[in-house]
Amino acid sequence: MERFAALLDALLFTPARLGKLRLMQDYFASERDPERGWALAALTGEIAFQGVKPAQIRDLALARVDAELFAWSYDFVGDLAETVSLIWPQRPAEGAVPSLSAIVAELGTATRADAGGRLAGWLDLLDATGRWALLKLVTGGLRIGVSARLAKTALAEWSHVALDEIESVWHGLDPPYVPLFAWLEGKAARPETAGRPTFAPLMLAQALEEDELAALDPAAYRAEWKWDGIRVQLVSRGGKRLYSRSGDDIGAAFPDVLAVLPERVVLDGELLVLRDGEVAPFNDLQQRLNRKTPTAQMLRDFPAWVRLYDMLEEGGEDLRPLPFDARRRRLEAWHGAAPRPQMDLSPLIPFAAWDELRRLKDEARARGIEGIMLKRGDSPYLPGRPKGPWFKWKRDALTVDTVLMYAQRGHGKRSSFYSDYTFGVWRDGELVPVGKAYFGFTDEELRRLDRWIRDHTVERFGPVRAVAPALVLEIAFDSVHRSPRHKSGLAMRFPRIHRIRWDKPAAEADNVGALERLVT
Amino acid sequence: MGSCGAMPHIPGMDTDWLRVTPRGLYCAPGDFFIDPSQAVERAVITHGHGDHARPGHQRVLATAETAAILRVRLGDAAGGTLETLAYGDTIGIGGVRLTLVPAGHILGSAQVVLEHRGTRIVVSGDYKRRPDPTCLPFEPQSCDVFVTEATFALPVFRHPDDRGEIDKLLHSVALFPERCHIVGVYALGKCQRVLSLLRRQGYEEPVFLHGALASLVALYERMGVPLGRVRPAVGASREELRGKIVLVPPSAEAEPFARRLPDPVVAMASGWMRVRQRAKARGVELPLVISDHADWDELRTTIAECAPSEVWVTHGAEDALVRQCALDGVAARPLSLAGFEDEE
Repeated sequence: MERFAALLDALLFTPARLGKLRLMQDYFASERDPERGWALAALTGEIAFQGVKPAQIRDLALARVDAELFAWSYDFVGDLAETVSLIWPQRPAEGAVPSLSAIVAELGTATRADAGGRLAGWLDLLDATGRWALLKLVTGGLRIGVSARLAKTALAEWSHVALDEIESVWHGLDPPYVPLFAWLEGKAARPETAGRPTFAPLMLAQALEEDELAALDPAAYRAEWKWDGIRVQLVSRGGKRLYSRSGDDIGAAFPDVLAVLPERVVLDGELLVLRDGEVAPFNDLQQRLNRKTPTAQMLRDFPAWVRLYDMLEEGGEDLRPLPFDARRRRLEAWHGAAPRPQMDLSPLIPFAAWDELRRLKDEARARGIEGIMLKRGDSPYLPGRPKGPWFKWKRDALTVDTVLMYAQRGHGKRSSFYSDYTFGVWRDGELVPVGKAYFGFTDEELRRLDRWIRDHTVERFGPVRAVAPALVLEIAFDSVHRSPRHKSGLAMRFPRIHRIRWDKPAAEADNVGALERLVT
Repeated sequence: MGSCGAMPHIPGMDTDWLRVTPRGLYCAPGDFFIDPSQAVERAVITHGHGDHARPGHQRVLATAETAAILRVRLGDAAGGTLETLAYGDTIGIGGVRLTLVPAGHILGSAQVVLEHRGTRIVVSGDYKRRPDPTCLPFEPQSCDVFVTEATFALPVFRHPDDRGEIDKLLHSVALFPERCHIVGVYALGKCQRVLSLLRRQGYEEPVFLHGALASLVALYERMGVPLGRVRPAVGASREELRGKIVLVPPSAEAEPFARRLPDPVVAMASGWMRVRQRAKARGVELPLVISDHADWDELRTTIAECAPSEVWVTHGAEDALVRQCALDGVAARPLSLAGFEDEE
C-alpha cells in the first residue's frame, strides 16, 4: 500500500503527461503481482468502492481527536480525507502495513457496517500518505489527473507493446491482470480474449491541409459528414458494450443505446442526441456524458442515437481487412435487413470535384456538422491514424476578440512563464470570463506575453495574476454553447489563441452578444 | 495585549519582570528585549532569521554563531555592538541571570533562560527536536514558565522522517535524469540542512546554488559545518544542470532565473508542504516535508519535559496549543507578539 500511496501522491503533484507516464512506468516495473495489477485497476477506474461515507470517516477521527482541534484543523486543510489522514494519531506499528491487494480483497467482502472498523484498523497501520490514499480509494474518485488511457499508455511505453494491442485485449481481462503483466514482460503469450466484448482500437483520420487536395484523386475517395457528437464503438460479442474513442466503457451512461444493440456485430458510429430527426447541439449530448447513470427524465429529454459509419465485425467474421467499399455494402445490407431502432446510416455524399465538396463543407455549420470525412474506397480498417487513407476536413474555426483577464504560471518548462490565459468579453462595460487557453502561440510570443503580464499585473492570487484589461487576444474555437461554468454562461470548445492583437484597443474587443449569436 | 501586558499570577510565582510590549518581549530589570520587532537599545537575539533578528539595535547579545550570521545578513546594521555568549555560560544583566541553551532550530539558535527573584523563565525562540546535522540539539530546561513558538501547532502537522523526504528527492532525480530539480529553501538553515542531509544520504554530486544562498553556505562551512561541493547556478550550462539539484530561495522558479534551467521539477522543502492544497497552490510538483520547527507532537513532548507551571504561546496557531494545554491540565495563555512570520 505504501508504494501505491506514494505513486498516487506523486501523480497528484506532477502536472505534465510525460512525468505521469514516467512515474507509472517506474511503478509497474518495480512492483510485484498482484499488487501492481490492483493499482492498475484503481488507476483505470476498474475498481471503486463507494462503501464508506465521508460522515463515517469524520466520526472515526472524532473518536480519537478533540472536536475543537479537529474543526480548526479541517478549516486549515480544507479537505476531509486529507485532514483525517494527517490528524490520525500515529501509533507505533503493531502489525504489518496492509497491501493494496489485501485491502481490496477485504473491502470486497465487507458490509458497510464492518467496513468502518476495518478502515480504522488499517489507518492505525499506515503512515499519513498511506492513510490519504486509502481514504481516497474507499470514498471513490482518486482525482489525480490520470485517465484510463494514460495508464494504458504507460503500460505500452514500459513494455514496448503497442497501445492498440493493449487496448484490444483490455476489456477481456479482469483485475489484477496477472496474465496481462506476464505478456507485457514477455513471459507469456498474449492473453486469450476471443468471445469477449473487447474493444477494437479505432481508425482515425488525419486533418486535411487544403493544399494536399490537388494531389488526391476525388474518384478514389468517399465523402461523409463529420457529425458533431462523439465517436463510439458498439460491441456485441459475448456481452454488449459501448466504448468511447479512447476505449473507455461508457455503456452505463447510455442504457438506451445498449438496449437496442443487436447480437453478434461490431459497429463504428457517432453518438448523438437526436430529436425529431434533428441532431441536437453538442451541449445536449454533454448533459448525458456528464452523468455516470442517467435519470429517466434525462433519457426522455436527451434521447441518444447512433449514426453509423462502419462495420467491423458481423456474425463473428472480422470485416476489418476488407476495403471500405465492401464494408459499407455489408453495413447497408445489415441495416436494411431488420428494423434498427435508434440507429441510422451516415449517408455518403455524392461529389465529382473537390470544389463541390468545399461548398458543402462551408454550408455545414448550421446542421450539427463539424465538417467532412474523406475515406479511400479501398482502405482496410486500421487502428490508429495512418497517413493517407482517411482525412477530416473541418469547417473553419470561429473567432472572437477577447481581453486577457488572468494569467497563471505553467509547469515544467513553463514554470517561470505565465502561460495559461483566462480571457473575457465585454458585458455592460465589464469583462466577463468566457474561456481559458494555453496554446496557439510561439515561444517568442510566450516570452513577450509573459513580460507584458508581469508589467501589467494588478493583483496576485498564488500562481495567478490579474492583469489590467488592455490586451486583446483573438481566440479561435470550434463552437460555443451554454454552460454554467463561466460567469458569462457560455463555454467554447477547443479555444486556442489565434492571434495576439498587440495593436487593438481593449475597448474594441467583442461583447458577449457577438458570442451569443454563435451559440449552437 | 498592549504595553500594560501584565502576566497572570500563579500563586508564589513572580513573572512581572518579563512582559509583552509593542516592541516585543521586554525584561524590565535587565532593560533588554528578546527578538524585538523594532530597533531597540539592547536586544537578546535567539537566532538569525529576519523576523527575530531585526536591523539597527544598539547592543546585541547572541551566540557567536548567530552574531556571525547577523554580520553576513545585515552588515553594519547587525548592531552597534555585538556581544557573544557561549551556550551554557551565564551572565548577569541588572540582576537577571541569563543563559543561552541550544534550541535545535538552526546554527547558533538558542533558548534564552532567565532567572530572577526565584522564577525561571525559558524563551525558546524557534525550535525543533529532530536531529539536524547543522546545529546542536534542543536541550529541554525545567522551568516555571516556558515561552513556546506555535508555528505548526495543529494536530495535522506531524513531520515525517527527513530521510524519507530526501529519498523522495533522490528518487525523482533518478527518474528524471534529463531535467534538473530546483528545491525552494530558506537561505538560512533550511538550505544548509538540506545540503547536509543530501550528503548524509550519499549524494556526492555538486549541488548548484542560486546566488542568494551562497554567502550563508560559505559561512556555515567556515563555522565547521561541512556541506560538500557546491557551485553557482549562474554560469552553469543547461547541459551541466541536467540531472542535478539546484537550491533556490522559495518562488525563484517563477523568476526569469529559472528559464535557463533544463525543464525544472519544482520542489520545496518546508513543513507547510504537509498540506497538499498549500503545495499545489504554490505550483510545487515535489513537496518535501522538511521543517526546522517543532511539529505538534514535539511541542507537546517539549512542554511535558520542561514541566512548566505555565506555558506562554507565541507566533503561530496559539489557540490550538493553548487548547491542548488545557486538555492536558497545563496552564497556558497566548502572548500577542507582533511581527513574526509563519514562513520557514
